[in-house]
Amino acid sequence: MSGILVVIELREGRISRISLEAVAAARALLKHVAASVHGVAMTVSAIVTAPIGGPFGEQLGSLGVDRVVVLSHPLLHHYTADGYTLAIEQLIQSESPAYVVFPHTYQVRDYAPALAARLGQVLISDVVALGEGPVFTRQLMQGRLNGNYRHSGDGPCFISVQAGAFRAEAPNTSTAVAEASIFTPAIDPSQIRTRPGEPFRGSSQTIDLGSAQLIVSVGRGIKDAENIPIVQELATALGAELAASRPICDNGWLPMDRQVGSSGQTVSPKLYLAIGISGAIQHLVGMKGSQCIVAINKDPDAPIFEVADYGIVGDLFEVVPALIAALKSSKG
Amino acid sequence: MKIIVAIKQVPDRDAQIRIDSAGTWIEESNLQYALNESDAYALEEALQLKEKHGGEVIVVSAGPERIGQTIREALAKGADRAIQIDCDNMADRDALGVARLLAAAMQPENPDLILTGLQSEDLGLGQTGVIVAELLGLPHATLILHVEKTETGLTVKRELEEGWFQSIELPTPAVLTIQSGGNKLRYATLMGIKRAKTKDVRRLTAAELVPSNQTAVPVVTLVQVTLPPKQKSTQILSGTAKEAAEALVEKLKFEMRVL
Repeated sequence: MSGILVVIELREGRISRISLEAVAAARALLKHVAASVHGVAMTVSAIVTAPIGGPFGEQLGSLGVDRVVVLSHPLLHHYTADGYTLAIEQLIQSESPAYVVFPHTYQVRDYAPALAARLGQVLISDVVALGEGPVFTRQLMQGRLNGNYRHSGDGPCFISVQAGAFRAEAPNTSTAVAEASIFTPAIDPSQIRTRPGEPFRGSSQTIDLGSAQLIVSVGRGIKDAENIPIVQELATALGAELAASRPICDNGWLPMDRQVGSSGQTVSPKLYLAIGISGAIQHLVGMKGSQCIVAINKDPDAPIFEVADYGIVGDLFEVVPALIAALKSSKG
Repeated sequence: MKIIVAIKQVPDRDAQIRIDSAGTWIEESNLQYALNESDAYALEEALQLKEKHGGEVIVVSAGPERIGQTIREALAKGADRAIQIDCDNMADRDALGVARLLAAAMQPENPDLILTGLQSEDLGLGQTGVIVAELLGLPHATLILHVEKTETGLTVKRELEEGWFQSIELPTPAVLTIQSGGNKLRYATLMGIKRAKTKDVRRLTAAELVPSNQTAVPVVTLVQVTLPPKQKSTQILSGTAKEAAEALVEKLKFEMRVL
């Protein structure tokens, strides 16, 4: 069997959005690889880890997936790196795929590098685009540069795709139903070395940034806790909520519940004013849906300018006070 | 507890990054380097565990001569000794190749715990710790904010997405990749800096750790480095701070109508 395996993750019983994006990436990959290998047509198969086979054949079939393999084993009900690595390794041995495509989630980051290494391979992680070759593009230097990667050798090529990088296709009118089968890996309880607990929420979230209309967000450029009042004053002048990128909260300069990004809150205000934030992907995913993005940063190459509508390249310690003054005088 | 911390020297966040003339990496001459941030948190966690439970903290790093400076910084913060793997052609190794070097240097030490940052700031692969665990046959957990020693092993706090966490129990020896923010980072004291000069740094070469006949051809290669395409056309407001600020207020009021 030569083809592309896509690993699907479920959220509350449904296929997660990023998994649908991984399916889209697999479909895009089909266009860049030989249509057949050793006379066998390239196909896309989805792997779903589910206690029971859900009705995914129709949904995935309409998205161009040919087969669905349900990985079924009681030891997979709760995620462990050991369990998932063993199970998917066995499936790969039996399927011999040319490519294995993952959604780049915290779960995939936890086991896919080990799975690839076990098979003598290296995961090309966090892919944002793919092209002829195939060449896989991923970000370097916190998003300042892109790197193009190639895979060589015989073994399967492992890639994980970044959230939002590929557009999940809307189910089309195709009535194709992906053929479903069940794969039961051999896993012994003694092979699971870690004991995961139930997920829990952190400190009770008191500030809901998700409903804020105006947000002033501050990053590393503020340099010191003592300088936070400068941006607080701007937020007050605008009537905006104050938010921050991860390093500010890591340092304890603002509480954790004001953090925007993949590990904090996702926001989509009318105005997002990013001050001294370079714009690493972990931050961008939390705010790029904002209606209007303004960036103030001293580095003209900062990735935040790639998503900003307006930018001011300059020293925030000069620009922010000037902005406060301009706001006050415009209000009269 | 004997703890090994794998650390990486990366270009300083504020350094001006330029693509090299071959277009396959960045221009390294005159670049400022620093300790990778999440590795700094891994070192901090190791030092705090040692303060609580006793033992030893060993830092391991691979790279060219310049990484010696970052290793000294880690020793100045309180690591007891270091293993410096001399390797000038790190770029010729993929994540598996790098992990093989680190694992080979760590194995003879028989550590109770191996820590590293969850991701490097330059390549951002986020894989080294997990692959090292696989190569050494050890259990692992990633994105860890807090580590507690128990009678049978460890209980760790793992960060999930969107404000969710999870506790995981695992036996030692184990490998953990550390997320930033779990602890407050310490600075090196003057006394620490002085002491670091006398601490043991064992030099090993890549060739003696992984013999060339066992060095696999990289499976994955970085073939080209480019500037990312712009997603939006950003209107840059120029002039003095005052002019730019006034122009911005105008735009927000009358063009975007968000004020």
